[in-house]
Amino acid sequence: MRHLFRTQYQQDIALFRHNGDRFWYGLLMLVILIAPAILGEFYIGELGGVFIFAIAGVGLMLLVGYTGLISLGHAAFLGIGAYVNAVLLAQGVPFLVTLPLAGAFTALCGAAIGRPTLRMSGLYLAIATLAFGSIVGTVFQKWTAVTGGFDGFAVPTPYVFGIAIEGATGIYYVSLAVLVLVLWVSANLLRSPTGRAMVAIRDSEVSAQSMGIHLARYKTLAFAISAGMTGLAGALFAHYVRYLAPDAFDVLLSVQFLTIVFVGGLGSLRGAILGAMFVRLLPQFIAIVRDDLPFGIGRLPGLEPSLFGLSLVLVILFQPAGLNGMWLKAKAWFQAFPFKRQASFRRQKSYARSERLR
Amino acid sequence: MILFQAQDISVRFGGIRAVDSVSFDVHDGEVFSIIGPNGAGKTTIFNLISRIYPSTSGRLIFEGKEFTRTPASQIASLGIARTFQNIELFPNATLLENLLIGRHCHSRVNFLSELAFLPSVRNAELRHREKVEDVIAFLGLERYRDSLIANLPYGVRKVVELGRALCIEPKLLLLDEPSSGLNVEETEGMGFWIEDIKKDLGITVIMVEHDMSLVNQVSDRVMALNYGKVLAMGTPQAVQSHPEVVKAYLGGEVESAA
Repeated sequence: MRHLFRTQYQQDIALFRHNGDRFWYGLLMLVILIAPAILGEFYIGELGGVFIFAIAGVGLMLLVGYTGLISLGHAAFLGIGAYVNAVLLAQGVPFLVTLPLAGAFTALCGAAIGRPTLRMSGLYLAIATLAFGSIVGTVFQKWTAVTGGFDGFAVPTPYVFGIAIEGATGIYYVSLAVLVLVLWVSANLLRSPTGRAMVAIRDSEVSAQSMGIHLARYKTLAFAISAGMTGLAGALFAHYVRYLAPDAFDVLLSVQFLTIVFVGGLGSLRGAILGAMFVRLLPQFIAIVRDDLPFGIGRLPGLEPSLFGLSLVLVILFQPAGLNGMWLKAKAWFQAFPFKRQASFRRQKSYARSERLR
Repeated sequence: MILFQAQDISVRFGGIRAVDSVSFDVHDGEVFSIIGPNGAGKTTIFNLISRIYPSTSGRLIFEGKEFTRTPASQIASLGIARTFQNIELFPNATLLENLLIGRHCHSRVNFLSELAFLPSVRNAELRHREKVEDVIAFLGLERYRDSLIANLPYGVRKVVELGRALCIEPKLLLLDEPSSGLNVEETEGMGFWIEDIKKDLGITVIMVEHDMSLVNQVSDRVMALNYGKVLAMGTPQAVQSHPEVVKAYLGGEVESAA
């Protein structure tokens, strides 16, 4: 078992706490980098999808898991990023310009929706963002001059320094680079005053205000950052699906993003990654085992959505900390082996006040 | 020297005058206590000073400057910190993070440098951490540093909230019932801390309190309120024996020299 002996304040704000972390994350990075040489095209494509959803998941995690605001409109931000990127590319703007522009424009849209909904929270905010999502969805459908309406349009191939980003491997590496960037930026924010202000707003608005935190400013900022990251994911998503049609960005996609955040574990960046893996890989897993399930369960219609729903319910009931919580428990079990005690993970109950709806 | 002044402040909620033209001065370096029965308007005065409620009329003056219209989020930067009656900490963050949030009003780094965690941000974080460690050492909270607030006992949380207010490095500290929910020993401890805050840190304190032994132990002057109006003001002994105050607490007619 590792005992971290801290002698400097630096150690508490370092991204990697000790050499063990550095070693394992380095190894993981290495495996991810050489994966395309080992795995087939199909698996690389799926992993690319996981990366793209993880980028959006990290964005939504900052909003839901850290700032305590909910959004049922993130599919719209994904769509805005996708269309801005694809339309600009079709005009001949280089990919290295369209990608950040897609992120920046979506961030502005996020600020625009964050501002009028400042005083809302919980259900009301969910409904407001849901409305925003369906308005944007309608715009995608009707603004045929730009989006091509229901006919959609083929997304041009992007070039980075003259190299075409084609096929599963190209998207895989570009998405990986953006995911690493987004994770780094998020981790930086969370160890700075802005990240703490977000946490403060989540836990107690009145007290955050008395600590000098400008609620409107930080809520709008959280919305903008979250939307901007989702916009980046959208730009990559356009290349991932290769053909943009407005029906891809419906409310079910927004619910999938929320599933990433809840199943992954609220308030943890690692949770966003694990959640994205869950959401992207569960359908593939079902497809693989479908034929081998007994009694023809595999052929039941609606198997996939019901499994999603069931897992969401089970996680909320039995594992509120999500996949990240399971990961931490497993880690603690191995670290303490063979001395794990039943009470180790039992959270102390405090009866002083009722739990807030997070 | 007068640090803080409230001039004729009033607030009305519908037909109820929760605070009715209350005026008082708080001198630099004193502990000023506000007492009164439940619903007298004590906490409302705090909410007016920290600008959570807008006042209906009157003026609030701090260090000679009026702040009656200053937004709530800028009160901390003026140098006014507060605690809450029912503890308003950030329960899903660690003690360290809670105290660091108290340093928010001193943060001068811009958003873009935070995104990259530039050396300027890192150095600012280290300086904040040092200040926070001073407060942790002052209040003896070392062993709880990395615990989640949700897992801490009530008595400790009360001290953490005091610590978070101290991290603002205020000139004026508003304590809303610092002893509520504490046992006798913890209340005594709280009394010593308030004295230390006044003597060692030189912070002026306004305190709302029900525990009369604590009020007598620490306060220089006391103001008694009832139904939003000032009943009496002066030394703790004078206020407690004031006939109007006795009547407000015990009810009925005042007997002479009871």
